[in-house]
Amino acid sequence: MITGRREAPAPVIRGRPKAVLAYLIRRLFAAAVMLVVIIMVVFGIFYLVPKWAGVDIAASFVGKQADPAAVEAVREKLGLSDPVHLQAWGFFKGIFTGRTYATGGDVVHCSAPCFGYSFKSEQAVWPVLTDRFPVTLGLALGAAVLWLVFGVAAGVLSALKRGSLWDRSAMVVALAGVSLPIYFTGMLSLATFAFGLKWFDAQYVPFGRSPGGWFGGMILPWITLAFLYAAMYARITRATMMEVLGEDYIRTARAKGLREQTVIGKHAMRSTMTPILTMLGMDLGALIGGAILTESTFNLPGLGQAVLNAIRNQDLPIILGVVLITSLSVLLANLAVDVLYAVIDPRVRLT
Amino acid sequence: MTTQRASARRKQALAAAAVVAGLLTTAACGGGSDSTSEAGYDAANNKVVNAAATKGGTLKFAGAQDGDSWDTTRSYYGFAWNFMRYYSRQLVTYKTEPGRAGAGLQPDLATDLGKVTDGGRTYTFTLRAGSTWEDGRPITAKDVKYGIERQWAQDVLSGGPVYLKDILDPDGAYPGPYQDESADKLGLKAIETPDDTTIVFRLPQPNSDFPQMLAMPSASPVRQDKDTKSKYGLHPFSSGPYKFESYEPGKSLELVRNTQWKEASDPVRKAYPDTVAVTFFSNANDLDQRLIAGDYDLDLSQTGLSPQGRQTALKQHKGNLDNPVSGYVRYAAFPQNVKPFDNEHCRKAVIHGADHVSLQTARGGPVAGGDIGTNMLPGSIPGNEGQKYDPYAIAGADKSGNIAKAKEELAACGKPNGFDTTIAVRNNKPVEVATAQSLQASLKKIGINAQIDQYDGAQTSGIVGSPANVEKKGYGIVIDGWAADFPSVQGFGRPLWDGKYVLESANNNYALIKDPAIDELFDAYAKELDEGTKARMATQINHKVMEGGYYLPFTYEKYLNWRSGRLTNVYMTDAYNGYDFVNLGLKPSK
Repeated sequence: MITGRREAPAPVIRGRPKAVLAYLIRRLFAAAVMLVVIIMVVFGIFYLVPKWAGVDIAASFVGKQADPAAVEAVREKLGLSDPVHLQAWGFFKGIFTGRTYATGGDVVHCSAPCFGYSFKSEQAVWPVLTDRFPVTLGLALGAAVLWLVFGVAAGVLSALKRGSLWDRSAMVVALAGVSLPIYFTGMLSLATFAFGLKWFDAQYVPFGRSPGGWFGGMILPWITLAFLYAAMYARITRATMMEVLGEDYIRTARAKGLREQTVIGKHAMRSTMTPILTMLGMDLGALIGGAILTESTFNLPGLGQAVLNAIRNQDLPIILGVVLITSLSVLLANLAVDVLYAVIDPRVRLT
Repeated sequence: MTTQRASARRKQALAAAAVVAGLLTTAACGGGSDSTSEAGYDAANNKVVNAAATKGGTLKFAGAQDGDSWDTTRSYYGFAWNFMRYYSRQLVTYKTEPGRAGAGLQPDLATDLGKVTDGGRTYTFTLRAGSTWEDGRPITAKDVKYGIERQWAQDVLSGGPVYLKDILDPDGAYPGPYQDESADKLGLKAIETPDDTTIVFRLPQPNSDFPQMLAMPSASPVRQDKDTKSKYGLHPFSSGPYKFESYEPGKSLELVRNTQWKEASDPVRKAYPDTVAVTFFSNANDLDQRLIAGDYDLDLSQTGLSPQGRQTALKQHKGNLDNPVSGYVRYAAFPQNVKPFDNEHCRKAVIHGADHVSLQTARGGPVAGGDIGTNMLPGSIPGNEGQKYDPYAIAGADKSGNIAKAKEELAACGKPNGFDTTIAVRNNKPVEVATAQSLQASLKKIGINAQIDQYDGAQTSGIVGSPANVEKKGYGIVIDGWAADFPSVQGFGRPLWDGKYVLESANNNYALIKDPAIDELFDAYAKELDEGTKARMATQINHKVMEGGYYLPFTYEKYLNWRSGRLTNVYMTDAYNGYDFVNLGLKPSK
């Protein structure tokens, strides 16, 4: 039985490992089904849209004077001539058992997990994903720390000092943050801090080569990305906190003579964090799949930049790979959030 | 997949873009002074800037896009061909000289430009001694043959030019080296390798531009035991002074010295820097700012600065800029299968009615857009007459359009009150759309109502490249541009003007020119070995094309290109319409 007045987003039990395990397995199974559906949809889009639009993907991979035989050969090589269900099945099988590609005397074996080869660069997709993933993960996590700390703090302060100068100015800044797109704030920060004041170099350096260089290169992207999200988090925090402060149990806590610090920090914050956590799960999951605008503005070689190039080049295998990572990270992040609810908000726990 | 909440903010975005443009032009003041050049504006256009023979340093390229492929067989990008000379050699290659001289050929792996016998059907080359692969083994005639044979494997190695394949094996009899039954995979009959230093080409029909086709990277040697087929472009095996150290597609590329390369074996390459590094950018504005700041030496793609970078650079670093032609002629073609463009008078009405100055302005003006185009043969092609040949007074008396003359032509066409038509233009470049709008506005004045249809630029071959589709959609005016694959009227104009080159898809003869006189001239040109006569034929072909009124040329395109003050031996070459990469050097660092 669920206690508490609000309906909990997901029931989680603490202290009963079996039930927790069953719940996790159920969720993971659902996630796997979801991924399969997503792969089917992406294949469907790639198969159907060119047909409707009357365009030919294979033709864009041959030279200026393409004779029909060469186009046909390329279509064969890319596997685009097979029926769509065979293409999708080949892809599934490749993930678990690997695949062998043989065209025109060129035999290539791609061992499991095989996500295929880029149409454009002929690289295997899996190493491209694993190579670019850490860049995106670093960007997303670093920015998340910033926007959580500053966004939530600003929201709480605004809620506590409602109508004050602080509240008003914080909310104006937040509004600006929400409404200014990354390619504006990104270019502005580059122009000001990288080229004008020369505070940061703002060029990506792999962590392995120089941790300091990596940190220096990531500061502007982190701040720029966090600015957008912190603004949203500040507004949500403020609204939720004000609602929570009006609740009976807060009045009770105050009436009991608890210190204001405890009332806010221990009682009000827990309820406030629930919607923040929900948002964080989705935002972080989506960002891990590639912060397309941030990465292309700051030339960060992450998944978002890869997928943008892939879309330009009609490079289906790379697009599929990134879509899968995005979906998987959204699903996992949401699962993690559901588990965390129980930690933060006791009302969510089963009795 | 969209991950950031940036939708539905178009208004802010527009305002934002304007503010950013303003800020960017002011914020990047006083960029690194060490990169400033004393050579002056346009100094490397037609002459060498900072001639020096200093070795060492890292030459830093910045690229807004990766090469289509670094496999010598598979690339069709001009900048990639230019770059490939670092790690590949050919029998013959372009002279390392500025301007027009740079489009001439000189021996590279071969000892001379080849002995031509049998009325232009046989070319015999002898290989120079001492040329080696990056593992020290000598480059043999068989390696050259195998490298050329790879062009036949279009099913695995698509994307590059196939001139040699079409000329040596017009019927497509050879299946390519990967499906070659012979033990050594060298089954192509048209190329013979009697010994390791001799290679003989036997052409079924003579083609006087054959040496030009041998100068393309797609004629580079490839060693059979190092051929990784579809993966070759990820790490080509070097025959030149540099070899691949690392390559991460879309991120970076680094070449280091090939220690096995000997300068004495190579009459072309000087190999000044120790390292050649390329960094790829996804933000072109950022790339320009970093060039101006001195973080990088030059732009890999050689397509010029973007509008914002242009403004900053022109104001503050004019001496670092060159303003060369891009090799492209920008034009409108009139497909004859769309009425009333089957009538030459209707075509000429459009040519006379267009405001050529406003078209030039739409393309960026005289500096960033280029000079007004008066005929179809660009300046780097032998036989061109430049703006001197101007049969429609496009850059002369009628440069703002001649409405009276246009109306005369309309009357002669039987459409005195004008007509309706459609302009087809690619949607991925704002300047193309601006050109279409400019043309639309001037045609309105002579009663021609033109709709603009923007199509997906990545799908050119199936949209405007399909005459059936052009007819169905009623594209009376197709806006496009063209540059030569090699500097000759054949390399530039044959796909555009020869009736035999009209194709069902990927057609480039948009106007559907089927003029026996032009076709005969091309055939005669291919058989003619005398360069002077060839140039005169090129002039004649150009005249025939212009007289038919099949095209309205807009501009001989130009761009503004950044040259770091660190660079030595900098010059523009007509061979690649960009800086000649292979012999760039660096000033010693202080």
